[in-house]
Amino acid sequence: MLRLAPAIAIAVLAVPVFGGLAGTVLPAFGYLPALGGDAFSLEPFRVVLGQPGLLRSCLIALVAGVVTAAISVLIVALFVGGWSGTRTFRRMQSLVSPLLAVPHAAAAFGLAFMIAPSGFVARLFSPWATGWARPPDWLIVNDPLGLTFMAGLVVKEVPFLLLMALAAAPQVPMAASARLTSSLGYGRTAGFLFTSWPAIYRQIRLAVFAVIAFASSAVDVAVILGPTTPAALPVRLVEWMNDPDLSSRFMASAGAVLQLGVTLAALVIWLLVEKLAAAVTMHLCGQGRRFRADRIVRQVALVLTALTALMVFGGMFVLALWSVSGLWQFPHVLPDSLSLSGWMKVMPRIAGPLATTVTVGLAATVLSALIVIASLARERQTGRTGANWTLFFLYLPLLVPQAGFVFGLKLFLTHGGVGATWAALVLVHMVFVLPYVFLSLSAPWRAFDTRYEAIAAGLGKSAWQTLFAIRLPMLSRAILVAMAVGFAVSVGQYLPTLLIGAGRLVTVTTEAVALGAGGNRRVIGIYAFVQMLLPFLGFAVAALVPALLFRDRRAMKVA
Amino acid sequence: MMKTLFTAFAALILSASLASADEIDPGNWDSVVRKASGQTVYWNAWGGSESINDYIGWVGEELREQFGVKLVHVKLDDTANAVAAVLTEKAAGKHDNGAIDLIWINGENFASMKRQGLLYGPGWVQKLPNWRYVDVENRPTITTDFTIPTDGMESPWGMAKLVFFYDSARTEAADLPDSADELLQWAKRNPGRFSYPQPPDFIGSSFLKQVLSERIDDPSRLLEPVDAKEFPALAKPLFDYLDELHPHLWRSARAFPRDYPSMSQLLADGELEITFAFNPAEASSAIANDLLPDTIRSFTFSGGTLSNTHFVAIPYNAAAKAGALVTANFLLSPEAQARKQDPDVWGDPTVLAMEKLPDEDRARFEALDLGVATLSPQELGPALPEPHPSWMAMIEKEWAARYGVAN
Repeated sequence: MLRLAPAIAIAVLAVPVFGGLAGTVLPAFGYLPALGGDAFSLEPFRVVLGQPGLLRSCLIALVAGVVTAAISVLIVALFVGGWSGTRTFRRMQSLVSPLLAVPHAAAAFGLAFMIAPSGFVARLFSPWATGWARPPDWLIVNDPLGLTFMAGLVVKEVPFLLLMALAAAPQVPMAASARLTSSLGYGRTAGFLFTSWPAIYRQIRLAVFAVIAFASSAVDVAVILGPTTPAALPVRLVEWMNDPDLSSRFMASAGAVLQLGVTLAALVIWLLVEKLAAAVTMHLCGQGRRFRADRIVRQVALVLTALTALMVFGGMFVLALWSVSGLWQFPHVLPDSLSLSGWMKVMPRIAGPLATTVTVGLAATVLSALIVIASLARERQTGRTGANWTLFFLYLPLLVPQAGFVFGLKLFLTHGGVGATWAALVLVHMVFVLPYVFLSLSAPWRAFDTRYEAIAAGLGKSAWQTLFAIRLPMLSRAILVAMAVGFAVSVGQYLPTLLIGAGRLVTVTTEAVALGAGGNRRVIGIYAFVQMLLPFLGFAVAALVPALLFRDRRAMKVA
Repeated sequence: MMKTLFTAFAALILSASLASADEIDPGNWDSVVRKASGQTVYWNAWGGSESINDYIGWVGEELREQFGVKLVHVKLDDTANAVAAVLTEKAAGKHDNGAIDLIWINGENFASMKRQGLLYGPGWVQKLPNWRYVDVENRPTITTDFTIPTDGMESPWGMAKLVFFYDSARTEAADLPDSADELLQWAKRNPGRFSYPQPPDFIGSSFLKQVLSERIDDPSRLLEPVDAKEFPALAKPLFDYLDELHPHLWRSARAFPRDYPSMSQLLADGELEITFAFNPAEASSAIANDLLPDTIRSFTFSGGTLSNTHFVAIPYNAAAKAGALVTANFLLSPEAQARKQDPDVWGDPTVLAMEKLPDEDRARFEALDLGVATLSPQELGPALPEPHPSWMAMIEKEWAARYGVAN
């Protein structure tokens, strides 16, 4: 049974992705018999290229992919380089880690509520400092260049990349390198960038690619913060897909293929950026300059990292405040009155979406965890860790733009007679949940001290008994954390839920985005608040259950 | 084993053919109500307004208690999506058991569904028991939707009229515009304080039709279909107007509000000074729900503003037609209509004729306080008819090509 596990894992990841891609590419070339497309043609591409403002939509997506990744990587590199090993670093690390659990859409709403001209930041300084009795007519949210859109992505990707870098750091002799470079007179940041960073970056490279793929094809963040005249390509894809004129389906598919091209182009540009960065580093390194005066760089890195945390936490706070506010007019910093009427009204209606979110999330997480544990147990049996190509399969759903294959998957399901069923939604969520569960669990699993198992085997226990009596209980904390990560990923899924759920299966995430970027702030506050609360509950369970389980096992407590 | 499979298969076929043979007859209302019990009705309706969502939630509770019908509100951001879904099912040959049972609809989407044969009917609407209360005589838009005869294929739900709102604490009433042209002058005097939802949002497109209705040389032309050849010349007054207006709009027209609830939020924030909605009681309803300050007031143009009726329709392949019929009939009940007109709930005007109602039902309406910000029917001004649906499609397309791309 265990023997099948790796194959099942790969099937869960690869079949929907490749099947979905086929379902996208065929109609893009005019082939979709159900809608009367029997012959291949380039007509859909001709139509999509004729759409007004298409070039700009593509450019926004492309630039968002590259710039978001560049800024996030830069902040993370400078922050780790400038501060690792310090007490400030540990504090920031524990501050930033929970941000990983905040779904993209909730973070985007929070950011919008903070920085809009009528947002919380403007209120804090009005009218006493700014003189504004009314919000200024400034285009901040939905700006045509997508600057706010990219900022919304950066505040979410910095925590992600930071945690990936921290996970990679123990395999790099950072402290020793730092001692060496500082004894040679290098500044802290420069010493890190010249010695440890290349080794760390190599390990987080796929994660950076995933960031680029996500940023260049994000729908939810783009709907909330992105430009509207025209919107980024992924947002327009969703519009075309929903167009009452069915011939638009061909165009939408061609657009999805275009989206694949845009993401691919962003990745290619990133490879050039990597080369350029390497060349610059080598050049600076070769010059022998020591960059000792790096205080300003370190401070800037700290401020930027703190700012991303502040924006998300501040956004959460403002969302929570809006959810209980009565009338709250500009420029008042606090609501004129507090009221629970929003919650009272929304509670009965949020029950359905909440139930869907939780049950789909739990099912996808538990199934993924089972497959991952079985695969890892099989790996332990055979003694073979996965080759590079298995890592490729793990990252596949994170690297292929969602819009590229979920459309095709949806077409397949619709024309195959599979409607918006709960099971279909769980399967689609698993495509995204499984990689994260695997990535979170594989390191602690492989680091497990096998001498415990050797002793158990020596005492005559079977492999199964060892697994259930020794390894799984001792790894329960790691397993629960991996499941909490998986659950958070499931809660945050927007596009797959929107398309596969088809409005019948709604989650708090699709509800929150549907309720609008600028509409009723109380309701958005409530939905976004619930949306970010769920992952936090998951992590709380992951922290509490082992603490209870091991309350009389001193060596199993968190150090 | 084979035998069991065969029996199961036969039973499946039988039940499927039974279901299609089991056509419902709206004329036999008792049997409709009987069949509806236990059905789940998927109602696809725009979900962007909380007060409307609340109201639909209440309808669901009542239907469950009174008729055993389970109502699920599938929230749309554009009704065209529901049209697309039915069309996809038809293309895929799914002529029974469709995913949608009821659609909140009017205008171009109704015209499109009717043209493509996607609607249940005709004639079921007149057979609804509550049809006898409907104000057919005085409200022509109940039987003619955007110039298209409804033919009993969509059941009226509420009345709509374009009404503008302002904050009397900030804006002088004497200064307010009384026509699209005056609005343009007002926007020039008050840059950045007016905008409209980005088409194809329904309210945004309606604003464009309002301007065109006021400025076109021959308004009667709007009641007929328009083709792509003659459109540019006929619609020129509208786009000249927009070219002149846009530099003075909120955010200099580089971004637009998403829908009318977003505009209400911007009015509350003081970003916008004049907003509008398709519901005369929208402001009173927003005040009652703490979304707007109680200094908001309404106004309209003395030359008239667009007015129409919104409806519910049943797709031809709906799975729960009986349940959908019961829902449509309940929406027409004096009880449901009076609650809908209450500004504390939604404030949407009724389609019923007061003189046709029994005394106790009329009392429900007379007891309503329409709110400080709601104009009386006499103050609402003349009603302009909606243009033929072909206009809306062309306007939206042209708008996207001109203004939907940054330059």
